[in-house]
Amino acid sequence: MVTLTIDGKVAEVEEGTTILDAARTVGIEIPTLCYLRDLNEIGSCRVCVVEVDGIDQLVASCNNRVLEGMVVRTNSPTVREARKMNTELLLSMHDSSCTSCVRSGNCTLQGLANDLGIYYNDYGERSVRYLQWDKDLPLIRDNRKCIMCHRCIQVCDKVQASGVWDVTNRASHASINVSAGARLSDVDCTLCGQCITHCPTGALRERDDTEKVFAALGDPDVTVVAQIAPSVRTAWAESLGSEGGDVPLERLVGALHQMGFDYVLNTDFTADLTIMEEGSELLHHLERSQKGGYPLFTSCCPGWVRFVKAHYPQLVDDVSTSKSPQQMFGAMVKSYYAENLGLDPHKVFSVSIMPCVAKKAECSYENMNDACGDPDVDVVLTVREVVRMIRADHVNVDVVSDEPFDEPMGYGTGAGIIFGATGGVMEAALRTAHYLVLGKAPEDDMFESVRGLKGWKEATFELGGTDVRVAVASGLANAKALCDAVVAGEVHYDFVEVMACPGGCVNGGGQPIHDGCELAGVRAEKLYGLDRVAKYRNSYENPQVKAAYENYLGEPLSERAEQLLHTDQHAWSMPGER
Amino acid sequence: MARLHVMERSEAQVVMDDLHEAIGRRLAVSSLAPCPVEFTAAFVGMCATQSCGKCTPCRVGLNVLKDLMESVLDGTATEATIDLIEKTARTIYLSSDCAIGYEAGEMALEAVLGFRDDFEHHVHTGACGFEQSQLVPCVSGCPAGVDIPGYISLVEAGELTEAVRLIRKDNPLPLVCGYVCEHPCEMHCRRGMVDDPMNIRGLKRFAVDHMERDYRPHMAEPTGKRVAVVGGGPAGLSCAYYLAVMGHKVTIFEARKHLGGMLRYGIPSYRLPRERLDSEIQWILDCGIDVRLETPVSDLAALRDEFDATYLAIGAHSDRKLGLDGEDAEGVVSAVEMLRAIGDGDMPSFAGERVCVIGGGNVAMDVARSAVRCGAEKVTIVYRRRVADMTAQDEEIAGAAAEGCELLELHAPLAIEVKDGSVSGLRVQKQIIGGLSRGRFAPRAADEDEATIPCDRVIVAIGQAIDSKGFAEQGVPCSRDRIAAADDGSIEGFDGLFAGGDCQSGPATVIRAVNAGKVAAANIDGYLGFNHTIDKHNVDMPPVTFKGKVSCARCELTMREASERKGDWTLVERGLSAQEAHQEASRCLRCDHFGFGAFRGGRIMQW
Repeated sequence: MVTLTIDGKVAEVEEGTTILDAARTVGIEIPTLCYLRDLNEIGSCRVCVVEVDGIDQLVASCNNRVLEGMVVRTNSPTVREARKMNTELLLSMHDSSCTSCVRSGNCTLQGLANDLGIYYNDYGERSVRYLQWDKDLPLIRDNRKCIMCHRCIQVCDKVQASGVWDVTNRASHASINVSAGARLSDVDCTLCGQCITHCPTGALRERDDTEKVFAALGDPDVTVVAQIAPSVRTAWAESLGSEGGDVPLERLVGALHQMGFDYVLNTDFTADLTIMEEGSELLHHLERSQKGGYPLFTSCCPGWVRFVKAHYPQLVDDVSTSKSPQQMFGAMVKSYYAENLGLDPHKVFSVSIMPCVAKKAECSYENMNDACGDPDVDVVLTVREVVRMIRADHVNVDVVSDEPFDEPMGYGTGAGIIFGATGGVMEAALRTAHYLVLGKAPEDDMFESVRGLKGWKEATFELGGTDVRVAVASGLANAKALCDAVVAGEVHYDFVEVMACPGGCVNGGGQPIHDGCELAGVRAEKLYGLDRVAKYRNSYENPQVKAAYENYLGEPLSERAEQLLHTDQHAWSMPGER
Repeated sequence: MARLHVMERSEAQVVMDDLHEAIGRRLAVSSLAPCPVEFTAAFVGMCATQSCGKCTPCRVGLNVLKDLMESVLDGTATEATIDLIEKTARTIYLSSDCAIGYEAGEMALEAVLGFRDDFEHHVHTGACGFEQSQLVPCVSGCPAGVDIPGYISLVEAGELTEAVRLIRKDNPLPLVCGYVCEHPCEMHCRRGMVDDPMNIRGLKRFAVDHMERDYRPHMAEPTGKRVAVVGGGPAGLSCAYYLAVMGHKVTIFEARKHLGGMLRYGIPSYRLPRERLDSEIQWILDCGIDVRLETPVSDLAALRDEFDATYLAIGAHSDRKLGLDGEDAEGVVSAVEMLRAIGDGDMPSFAGERVCVIGGGNVAMDVARSAVRCGAEKVTIVYRRRVADMTAQDEEIAGAAAEGCELLELHAPLAIEVKDGSVSGLRVQKQIIGGLSRGRFAPRAADEDEATIPCDRVIVAIGQAIDSKGFAEQGVPCSRDRIAAADDGSIEGFDGLFAGGDCQSGPATVIRAVNAGKVAAANIDGYLGFNHTIDKHNVDMPPVTFKGKVSCARCELTMREASERKGDWTLVERGLSAQEAHQEASRCLRCDHFGFGAFRGGRIMQW
């Protein structure tokens, strides 16, 4: 243990503790800006500097460890001046048009500047030239709001193994941009959006599609149908109202109805449908994987599909042909659902509410138009955009009534709900596979060993005399390690679930942003809690799914199911494939 | 009123001089890092501050030039801007009135021509395309990429064996390099911005001289693959070591009586003691490497048939001739011949002789100092340029001078005078130094008469050549006499044949040969179908401590007194004391943790 004094308080901490963490143990919060634990401990912003007796220079508290007998001051005049000046210098290069910034109110720089009492900047505003950016891309970057914290580079490199971002110049012209100055559309960006959720300012954001939805809502000739992804329920209300994150999803249904959405449906339904299709595929695929072939990979995460296409072309044939739940849903809305309601599918506007940025790209792939020739999903809104729409319409979620989803695509089982957490798709698939192989329901939670935040999990389950070897990865660096091992023949699996975002969709790149907090664990717990109490916990039991097969699709992998619910993963290409 | 005043330095002038000195120190250590365009713009801007303001091209032109370069950096320039930059720089050079202007213009022109690709990359992509080394500066400067801050921190912590283990991750010759490395790392050391660069070689030597215990490296499982290494110098030994720890069975074929190559047959023992060299070589051989001494390889095909892969590292061991009359006379020897005999233990006696050494490189200093030790009465180093132009390291020149060697600069040898078949003198022509020619200041004959230096022996030290003829005849591609290997060591058209070291690069340094051997080992391993990694094997670096700026000069290695050392072959240089080593190690700024190293490039854990 090391004993030191911080602002007159004696702290006793373990050797190797940073000054920042040591201060927290005695209730002293040193402000940080660029710092992210384990991810970005580079001391670049110089906001967290403190004074240490006996050392002339100020010391970055985020990446320097405590020493025995150290005397630290976190609020001395020198520290205050340096912290303020460095923030002012960053502000002088920052486009501070906060009133029209998507991160206003949730911006770490704005918060810091306010905390430090910066109401006037001695350094003025230095002009930073805007670097052109294609506004049609799902991922938008505004270099004038970048404060060079380097977090986007770090999360893209270390967590997502994608290397999209880099420092592209030096010295006073140092800037962060797409590596080597390339265009984003020319590099293998998965559009996972983790750079957005790790950005402290509004430099990175999703393309805002709310205006398109407002336009559709205002068009009397158009029927607007929304679907809501399973993980949205865990986070949508985090920044709204007093009840925080515990507002039921039915409240969002009520809010959307109030805003003019004609029908609000539940992506959990197609999560169950995915299990029926992908589970059936798995039983066919087992024959190959048991003989040494590659495993079947899930296809519900578009970030992962983009990644595997870009970097592991040899695995693409083993990626499930099942569409993602979103795209299955879109295809069903403009066929089955429209027919049910007697609507002209060309007059249906299909909106998808997702925790995801990559879904914005997915819905626009040219072949995603299987129902009526129009795009199956017209617009994807991230959770953040939906929250902005709610605020724009001044809908008070504290007083909106909870309303049920519209039918007959409004219900999902517990298996569908847990799709939002890493391991959820795997567990859901195993439950149904158990039924399909053995003809009986699985025991409750018999597959729970695939849960949890570990980046690469594996398990083996005996199903009807066959040892089914499964693996689950989340975070693309983990996926990369797994794929490398699969390709090298070091590991052998039958079924692999991959989610691009660490922890799965609950931590998706389209979820609300809480700087410095990793919320995958608590959000996933909400999903497992709902699954535990669900009336039906297995996809094959979903009465609405059963009805859809009976009345419309026939059976899994039928001709109609293939047409609407499956896709050719080769139909479009990533830059790396070209 | 006084008519004249004594000149005194004002306080402002003192500060100005300090600033100039600081700029010099900073520039000396930063050449690996900057963006070429950014740096050229700053250079031109700095030149503009020196302008007196009288003349147009310098006063206005330099600022315009800087602004044009800024526009390249901020992304508003086009291809035409680069042409305009070139034209402007050229015209400033051509039309300025004094050196402040035309020298600035000329350098700017050289930059825009030399960096044209980088300027264009900026214009087209808005990003710098320069292959920039943002790693830790010393590590970037080391051809073998040794984890310098890592082992310095271990020396500071008093963990010397661990320091040596860490060095051997990238360089299996820490002892040799501790004694004789040219330490290009120190040129880039950021501590130079504060006071003096770190004495990195001195710390390495301290670690190898004072290791607490020996250890053996971690060996991979035997692969059953057999590799032939032709040549037992630093490249061959390095390659053999890494291949051996990767589990391959290595046999070194050495033409001479002993291993070591130029370490033994080029570097005299007063710089690298033989028993120390032998111990380092034996340590490597103990990894299970077979050696066939006095076995020159003539039949490459047979060797390639017998082994799964072959590495050629034959070095540069032939001599170059002067081409002067009298060169065949008794008493004329080449430096290579002389050092080879010494390396094999055949000490020549020059007792009472007057010796002329021709050349100005490290080898010339080595033979001159060796001649002193062989009993020569007088040793004269004859060089056609100035001492300042000598390619030998400053400490080698100073060492030779201290040991009594005469440095006769600006004298070109014309002929060797022969009497009764033996050398009687060296005829020379006084030179006058002139302007630049192919990057160096060229001498020419001065308007003075020829002269003769009476002498009994002439040692020719004007460079080495590569004896690659035998391999060239067997089809191995050679360019001039160098073996044409690719940068991965492979040789086109020869499956499984690799080459590196001096025989590929031309005569170079030990650490470059180490790098060549390491590169070859990695690629031979890959060629054999493996992907073994070499890592630091549980060497734990002590955590970094922020010390702030503390002024402390560099501890230098000292020499034994010249009068004493010139009479023996024992080591000349004294190592750092424990006190000095600890202080020196504590000066390290830990660029692996502070600055860019905190973000990227801190430590390469394995290769």
